[in-house]
Amino acid sequence: MAATTPTTGDAVQRRSRWSRLPIVTQLRQSVGLQRGMLIGGLVLTAFFLFTAAFAPLLAPYGYAQLRSDSGPFGAQQPPSAEHWLGTTVGGYDVLSRVIWGSRTALLVIIVAVTASILVGVLLGLISGYFGGWLDRIMVMIADAIYAFPSLLLAIVLAIVISGGQSSMWGGIFAAALSITVIFIPQYLRVTRSEVIRIKAEAFVESARVIGAGHVRIMTRHVLRNATRTLPLILTLNASEAILTLAGLGFLGFGIEPTAAAEWGYDLNKSLSDVTAGIWWTSIFPGLAIVLVVLGLTLVGESLNDLADPRLRKRAAGPEPVEDLGVELPDAQQEGEQR
Amino acid sequence: MSTTLEQETPETSTKESGGSLGRYIVVRALLIIPTVFILVTTVFLLMRTTGDPITASQGGRLPPDQLAERIHAAGYDRPLITQYLEYLGGILRGDFGTTLSDHRPVTEVLLTFGTATLELAFYALIVAFAIGIPLGRLAAYHRDKAPDAVLRVSAILAYATPVFFAGLILKLIFSVWLDVLPVAGRASTRAELTMQKVDNPTGIYLIDAIRTGDPAVVGDVLTHAILPALTLGLLTAGVFLRLVRTNVISTFGAGFVDAARSRGVAERRLLRKHAYRPALIPIITVIGLQIALLLGGAVLTESTFEWKGLGFQLAQYLQARDFVAVQGIVVMLAVIVALTNFIVDVIAALIDPRVRY
Repeated sequence: MAATTPTTGDAVQRRSRWSRLPIVTQLRQSVGLQRGMLIGGLVLTAFFLFTAAFAPLLAPYGYAQLRSDSGPFGAQQPPSAEHWLGTTVGGYDVLSRVIWGSRTALLVIIVAVTASILVGVLLGLISGYFGGWLDRIMVMIADAIYAFPSLLLAIVLAIVISGGQSSMWGGIFAAALSITVIFIPQYLRVTRSEVIRIKAEAFVESARVIGAGHVRIMTRHVLRNATRTLPLILTLNASEAILTLAGLGFLGFGIEPTAAAEWGYDLNKSLSDVTAGIWWTSIFPGLAIVLVVLGLTLVGESLNDLADPRLRKRAAGPEPVEDLGVELPDAQQEGEQR
Repeated sequence: MSTTLEQETPETSTKESGGSLGRYIVVRALLIIPTVFILVTTVFLLMRTTGDPITASQGGRLPPDQLAERIHAAGYDRPLITQYLEYLGGILRGDFGTTLSDHRPVTEVLLTFGTATLELAFYALIVAFAIGIPLGRLAAYHRDKAPDAVLRVSAILAYATPVFFAGLILKLIFSVWLDVLPVAGRASTRAELTMQKVDNPTGIYLIDAIRTGDPAVVGDVLTHAILPALTLGLLTAGVFLRLVRTNVISTFGAGFVDAARSRGVAERRLLRKHAYRPALIPIITVIGLQIALLLGGAVLTESTFEWKGLGFQLAQYLQARDFVAVQGIVVMLAVIVALTNFIVDVIAALIDPRVRY
């Protein structure tokens, strides 16, 4: 019951605005493994957001703190009561830097995703709506950028924006904008194809007939209907943003340790520790990256699967007939889609 | 037809399969030009509008007048358009610039270190195929059961783990704690010395090692390759796994599978033959995109394992702030990616007629 698609008029009316929010709808729709993956992802993501928001309260020390009242921390100290996760080669507290690092990661995600959505959707809207040579050129550029190793492009942009090392906000913007350029083509393509589909709909035609201008049609009629796939790309891009940020940091294009905590930078510094058998400096920042990306990807994947009727599992369908455990497609599809 | 797949010359393919394929290949080949042009222009404009490489590498270390002199000598004070045209001309002649830090032509850097990257990428692809495809099929067989759940989460985990972190963990476990595999490098010093004695070393260590005829050297080279290959391969294996799984599931719902079922083909065989084979076609297309991912991953993997390839070298130049070298390597990699994508697209078109438009 809970998992039926909210398309029947009655149900939609009864349901609050809350239950029609993107994630909540999918949560109701999902079952079994898919629901487990979605919930797992949401929990990890929520934990990440929580840590990022309350980093100053959660972290025992500052990200650039080298000494406490009882003297300096010391470098490469193993985990102890004072430093739960030990200290780094630079003498920072690992736990504190892991916690503060979540804030840096979140800021980069916010800046990168906001900027790429704004620019990508706008370009996609223009490209799809007007078509013609402008459209062709934009798609060609987008394809060229999309096919290129994103990390290399991010390196070039990091050089351009910050000349390498930088302050906290400088570093965050450098990383975020490098990622933005990689993401814009994706948003452009998605928006464009939606716009082209919607442009042919009757309501756009009617709007034109009653004399609405291009801008009004684009914003009111096309854009509002073209954004349905965005939450999906958003989550997947957020995880890619973290990986790119960490990759940049690992190559030495991160943010300086005194400006902010960044997981990739810490991993880069821990590279030589590993050979000496010092594990705590690399495992924890690495795990932080893995868990956050895992959480975001699980959410994104689940949304993707739920959006694709071939992959979606029905709530109360007949049991799989085959011993092999593969559902017969007809059993799966009957009553599947409206 | 599959025998001709390896030798990809447009002429032979055209004659073999008629006009439409030939036209597709020509159109696709022409598309490389704007792609590469756009990337070269983008990278050039980005790097040059924000400053010149000399200031970037020497700024602060040299007095202003000396700096200006060197900028002038290198021609970075001329109008941007002149520099741009000269740069384009150079690329057309195969000249990607000369590095600032060690004064080597970028093409030479590519030839010296490219083979190492090629070798690593090749190993990684083997790992990815060997792990990703069978496991993807397994996940599809057991769809929504426990094995599927485990495999899917592992695939996502493989994606979620940054390559360098995966490398660090593998290194920690196998090289430091268990002490069974080497920590870094492509071969031990002794093996490298033995290989240098071979006439015209290829730079591909496995081939060179085999040519020395010494099994110890071959073993040495292979043990050095295990961890980097696993690290980079796992990343791609996850992508293959998910792709194979999704494709097998969706082809299993296709009409021709229903038709085969109604003819009484056993369910196991349906999965193994009818649904599985067509599901592999999209993988060929995806390999094209994977090349880009693989190259990006190679930069990080090589840095983790001190695998002296292009990526490692790129990281070195980055550290030295030698942006001419960085620009040269990046642009050259762009050309390589564009060319591989072209080859992959042509192969896909040969196998699957629907691709040709």
